[in-house]
This record gives sequence, C-alpha cells and structure tokens, in this order.
Amino acid sequence: MKTDRSPSVFDVDVRSGGVSYAGAKLFDGLDLHLATGRTMCLLGPSGVGKSTLLRLIAGLVPGEPGTRIEAGDGRPLEGRIAWMAQQDLLCPWLDVRGNVLLGSRLRGEPADAARADALLDAVGLSDKAGAMPATLSGGQRQRAALARTLMEDRPLVLMDEPFGALDTITRWRLQELAATLLAGRTVVLVTHDPREALRIGHEIRVVAGSPARLGAPLRPSGVVPRPLEAPDLLALETRLIGELAGAAA
Amino acid sequence: MMRVLRPLLVLAGVCAAWELVVRATGVPHYILPGPVRVANALAAQHAFILENAATTLLEMLLGMLLGVACGSVSALLLAQSRAVRRWFLPLVLASQAIPVFAIAPLLVLWLGFGIASKVAAAALIIFFPVTSAFYDGLVRTERGWLDLAHVMGARPAAILLRLRVPAALPALASGIRVAAAVAPIGAVIGEWVGASAGLGFLMLQANAQMQVDLLFAALSVLALFAIAFYAAIDRLLRLLVPWQPVTSDSD
Repeated sequence: MKTDRSPSVFDVDVRSGGVSYAGAKLFDGLDLHLATGRTMCLLGPSGVGKSTLLRLIAGLVPGEPGTRIEAGDGRPLEGRIAWMAQQDLLCPWLDVRGNVLLGSRLRGEPADAARADALLDAVGLSDKAGAMPATLSGGQRQRAALARTLMEDRPLVLMDEPFGALDTITRWRLQELAATLLAGRTVVLVTHDPREALRIGHEIRVVAGSPARLGAPLRPSGVVPRPLEAPDLLALETRLIGELAGAAA
Repeated sequence: MMRVLRPLLVLAGVCAAWELVVRATGVPHYILPGPVRVANALAAQHAFILENAATTLLEMLLGMLLGVACGSVSALLLAQSRAVRRWFLPLVLASQAIPVFAIAPLLVLWLGFGIASKVAAAALIIFFPVTSAFYDGLVRTERGWLDLAHVMGARPAAILLRLRVPAALPALASGIRVAAAVAPIGAVIGEWVGASAGLGFLMLQANAQMQVDLLFAALSVLALFAIAFYAAIDRLLRLLVPWQPVTSDSD
C-alpha cells in the first residue's frame, strides 16, 4: 500500500509564538520544535489554546508581532501543509471521490482520480468512491477526510482533534490507520485524549495555563502506532492525566 | 393516502358549510354564490378561464425566471464586493419597502398592457426573497470549509464557485420556494392594474359585470394553479439540491 510519494520532509520551529484573542493573551513567547518526520501530540484541556496554536502554524490566525514560524529548509510553509479538523468537512454536494479531489478542484489543477481511488482503497473506502457523504457513517466520513488529507501529499500535516467525535473502536482503528499512512511526515495532532497521544505520538507535550505554556516533552519508546498493551503506556497515561489534572486545578 | 385525503375532506367540509350558509341565509348569488353555482360557472366557461389561466401561468413562470436570475446575480455581487454592499444593500432593502401595488401602474405605463408589465411585477416581488436568502447563504459559509480551502491554497474564484455557491444552494432554494409562493401575487396585481388577459383581468371583468360566480371560479383556478406551481418548484428544488436537510415535512 504505497500511497506516499515522499515529499521532502522538514522540521518546523515556532519561535516566540503569541496569539491574542479579544485582548487576552492565549499564549505568549511560546517555542515549539517539530522534529522532521515525527508526530507531535499537543495534549490539553478544551479552550486552552492548543487549536489556536495549530491554526497559527497553519496561517489561519495572525501571530503577535515577533512570532516566527520557520521551516528547517528555510522556505515558506505556505502550500506545504495539509489540514484535518474534527469535523470531516466533507462537501455534501460531492461524492466521496470528489471530496478527496477537493484540493485540486479548488486550485484548478487536473484531478488525479487514480491516486484518489488508491487512497480510498488505503483507508478502506474503495467501494464508497461514488457514494454521497450523507450515506456514510461517522467513521467512514472521517476516513474520507483522512484520504482527502493524504491526497494533498504535504510534508507537514496538522490535525485538530480529528477523531474526537468518534466512538472508541472506530477511533482506535482510525488512529492506527492515520499513524501508518502518515508515517514519514511531520505531523502535529491536537487531542484531549492522553491515550490517543500515547498511541500515535513520537513526542507529547501538555498545553496548560493562561497564557498557555508547554509542558516538558514526553517521548514514549516503541514504534507508532503503539499497541494498547505496551508495558509502560499505563504508567505514562497516569502521569499525563496527573499533569492535565494539575493544569486544570 | 391520508395525506391526500385529509385536505380534500377539509375542502369538502368547507364547501358543504358554504352551501349551507348560502341556502340558509338566502344571500343573493351576485353577493355570494354557492359552490354548486361556482362549479357550474367553471364548467360552462372552462375554456375561457383556462385560456386566461395560461396567460397568468406564463407571467408567473417568466417572472420567476427573471426574478431568480436578477436576485441570484445581486446576491453574488453583494457577497463578493464590499463596495457593492455599501452602495446597493440599502437599495435592495428599499426595493422591498416599496409595495408592488404602488408601482404596478407605472410598470403598465412603461411596459404596456401586455405580458411584460406583469412579468416585471412578478419579478420585482420575487427578487427580494431570492436575493436575501441567497446572500445570507453566501455570507454564512461554514468557517471550517474556508479554513480548509485556505490551507489548500484555493483560488478566490474557486472558493466562490466550488464552495460558497454550492454551500449556499439550500438557502437559495428556500428563497426560491418563498418566491414561488408570492409569484401569483405579482402577476395578478399586474393584471388588476391594466391587462387584456389573465385570471386577474378575468376576475375584475367578472366583478364589474356582477358575474360573481365566474369570479369565484377564476379564483379557485388561481388557487389551484398557485398550489401546483409551488409544488412543482418544490419538487424541482429537491431534485436539484438533494443534500438540503429536511427539517420539517411540508405536505
């Protein structure tokens, strides 16, 4: 299942990152290093600003003066990011294949339907290419969204709680699928689920406080996606929950 | 089955009560004819009535085409350009504040007694609901789609045509439904002010000649046509915009 055309991957640095909203500083002077080809999980309670940090990297919110977001290869990030949100954002007027091809449609590029079908096959939706989104289950919709994200073929992938609205089993399967298919890319995944972070993150950082700060990086051993029964995961989960609970208090 | 039967039963009940009132009070037929008399008038003059109904229907159809076309283009311009919004949004609102009744005589003066003035009156009354509904849909594109399009590096024209317009089609469809409901009003007002054909014209003539049974016959045909017109448009929109969420069942 080779769906990856290996775009040249790079690391990313956020330096002195700051975002204000309605006069309040969500975070300020924040530094974050995203290692090349690794998955960084930002873990934190709702409303702490982790999604905003992701949007800052994506260029969807303006940073405070002094904020710098730099790719390791010195080139601008624009056009080298794929975005996946918690809502699947499937267009209800397009069939599944049309949704996977949305990026090329919006850029006015020729549509590579063969690659779209290969990706739909990779996410297990080969028989749904011609189906309308309204006929899909929640898990199938998010699979289609994952195929659309992979179709973009970008070295940097930003995911904002992509599996947050799914049931446990569907989420578990999609985590595995995403970790496998996104291997080799630089990924930032925002989540509030410590187990999800431990399952697919090479590096985990807890986001907490106001203005938000990043906790010390946690780097669990083993290959992602980690099996749930991996020996040290329970201890790490306990530690992360403790860190989150401390932050919430 | 009950869905069709229920309104028919209600209609039969209303007609029965109507006939009873007419017979019990002995009201003269040139004031209030009973349903039987109206049915007789309808049967006797059906060719004449249908001929005029065809004119009114044509006016409604052309008015719809013109009104929906102008309304859609206005909504697109308003949604796309801040300058257009600033200069013309008050004008669009004002267009609704002026009753079509008030300008119908002008339309007849400018466009003549023929079909053009009625089409214009219908288009005027249709224009506003279409513009406001479509404009509303266009400026309320889901934030998430716009974010996605931004990260994807979408061209502005593609964001409009491939995202905002299709996303606003359900809203436009709502506007067109309202337009279909008011289209007969526009056409008939135009006919009242000055015409040589149409159901509105026929009703005025019948009224002047004390043929109140003919007036009622024309009125019932108008009501039937208006309902059929709305139902046909509704059906067409369901086919064209199948992803529209159906929130309430309108039989």
